[in-house]
Amino acid sequence: MLRYWIAYRTLAGKEIHRFLRIWPQTLLPPLVTTSLYFLIFGALMGPRIGPMSGVRYIDYIVPGIVLMAVINHSYANVVSSFYSAKFQRHIEEMLIAPMPSWVIMAGYVTGGMFRGLLIGALVLAVASLFADLKVVHPVLAAFMAVMTSLLFSLAGLINATFANSFDDISIVPNFILTPLVYLGGVFYSIQLLPAPWHTLSLFNPILYMINAFRFGFLDVADLAIETAFLIVGGMTLALGAMAWFLLYRGVGIKH
Amino acid sequence: MPALKLHNLRKVYENGFEALRGIDLKVEEGDFFALLGPNGAGKSTTIGIVTSLVKKTLGKVEVCGHDLDHDWVHAKRCIGLVPQEINFNQFEKVSNIVLNQAGFYGVPRRLARKRMEVVLKQLELWDRRNQVSRRLSGGMKRRLMIARALVHSPRLLILDEPTAGVDIEVRRSMWEFLRRLNLEGTTIILTTHYLEEAEQLCRNVAIIDRGRIIESTSMSELLDKLEYSEYFLEVRQIPPEIPVIPGYRIEVVDDHTWSVAVPKHLGLNDLFAGLSREGVVVVNLRPRSNRLEQLFLQRIGGNKHLEQAA
Repeated sequence: MLRYWIAYRTLAGKEIHRFLRIWPQTLLPPLVTTSLYFLIFGALMGPRIGPMSGVRYIDYIVPGIVLMAVINHSYANVVSSFYSAKFQRHIEEMLIAPMPSWVIMAGYVTGGMFRGLLIGALVLAVASLFADLKVVHPVLAAFMAVMTSLLFSLAGLINATFANSFDDISIVPNFILTPLVYLGGVFYSIQLLPAPWHTLSLFNPILYMINAFRFGFLDVADLAIETAFLIVGGMTLALGAMAWFLLYRGVGIKH
Repeated sequence: MPALKLHNLRKVYENGFEALRGIDLKVEEGDFFALLGPNGAGKSTTIGIVTSLVKKTLGKVEVCGHDLDHDWVHAKRCIGLVPQEINFNQFEKVSNIVLNQAGFYGVPRRLARKRMEVVLKQLELWDRRNQVSRRLSGGMKRRLMIARALVHSPRLLILDEPTAGVDIEVRRSMWEFLRRLNLEGTTIILTTHYLEEAEQLCRNVAIIDRGRIIESTSMSELLDKLEYSEYFLEVRQIPPEIPVIPGYRIEVVDDHTWSVAVPKHLGLNDLFAGLSREGVVVVNLRPRSNRLEQLFLQRIGGNKHLEQAA
């Protein structure tokens, strides 16, 4: 097991070092983008919108924007790094080594989680400049952030195993993930939505994650928190098993 | 105990192409072994299966006595691979590439640093250890791949076209390095298109063609099978008629060059005696190709005819 631990630590360290080395590409842009969100939606438009679920609008949107950053960057880190390793073929360094599939999976997912959570923390720091930050249930909020980053790191890994071109790694983030995040209640309460949209929104798993994360900060929720745990837990198990199986079978990486 | 043993290895790709049609091969520990074959013969597929980069369809692989299916951890630990194409992260530093590979094999960091220093010094890359790998020359990149393959001290080193595209000076220094490594006990399997390289380095050889091993023997026995050698003769003045010397086949290449096929049992003395009698002055003699190359072409050509007849 010591050898596996060394292999895991090497891969996770390599992944973390990779995105830290290129921080102007990986860490700086989300801070600029989210600062603009806070400035436009919070400071400039927020006072005109008024309170949401009894909370000041800028305080209401902070958890959603933080979790949006966690989701996007956990996913992006793994999908781009794993696909690059496939494309440049240095994934072969791991395939020839005595590394079980779960160690490879854990190494990449750790890199993705680390980046997602680090960016989440940095966005939270930026948010503190604009909003009155309070975390009512810190353990719950932290747990939801960790589970969400784990889930989307796994999703990024699955996307990368199937990808055959750089187009394939941008389709899911652009056409599936972004719409689901934006329609997942980052900027509004679903109680405001009219009949068909309210019902449709309930099929969006990201809605439950943002709802639970927001509850951790503000103690306000549109939906039952337990549902979020069931969804995140169930999806994490399913995607984890799928990612492991794909690596074990060598899908997309072995002929 | 063989360093590598393949039994009935078969590979059919998803598009239906049958790359390997039942390979049986044994490479003894300490050997310097050449795996030769034309493009598309199945060399890289065989190496891919042994190194777990390609999934086999059928058959058994044993590395240093460990079954690759059931005891893959120990089997993989025995193998070091220098692939045909550059496959390291070109944005990484030289030292990180070698250290990470050691880590993937579970080598503790402190030991990995010591081994990295040793292999980078041996391969004359120590001064470049902090350089980003994409800035290395082609020869240095090849040497870096060898260093990376050696950092976990494998018992079996597999080199797939290690000297492709490198200049003769670098190639010769790599030969020297590989010879020393083999003398120190590392089993080496080499695939190469430079047959001179295989002839110089390897003690045993297998020729693979169309997914089958068509020859597996020692290098000396294989070269003994060469029935004739071909030479180019540069002559001062071409006579009006080509002299007929019994046993030898002479063909005109150009105004000053003849090609001569010399049967193994006749040698060169009778040829020169015959040419002297005819008043032909030979100013230079050089092999048309190296011996292994001639044999390789004869065997591959023969196999092609057999396949077509079948």
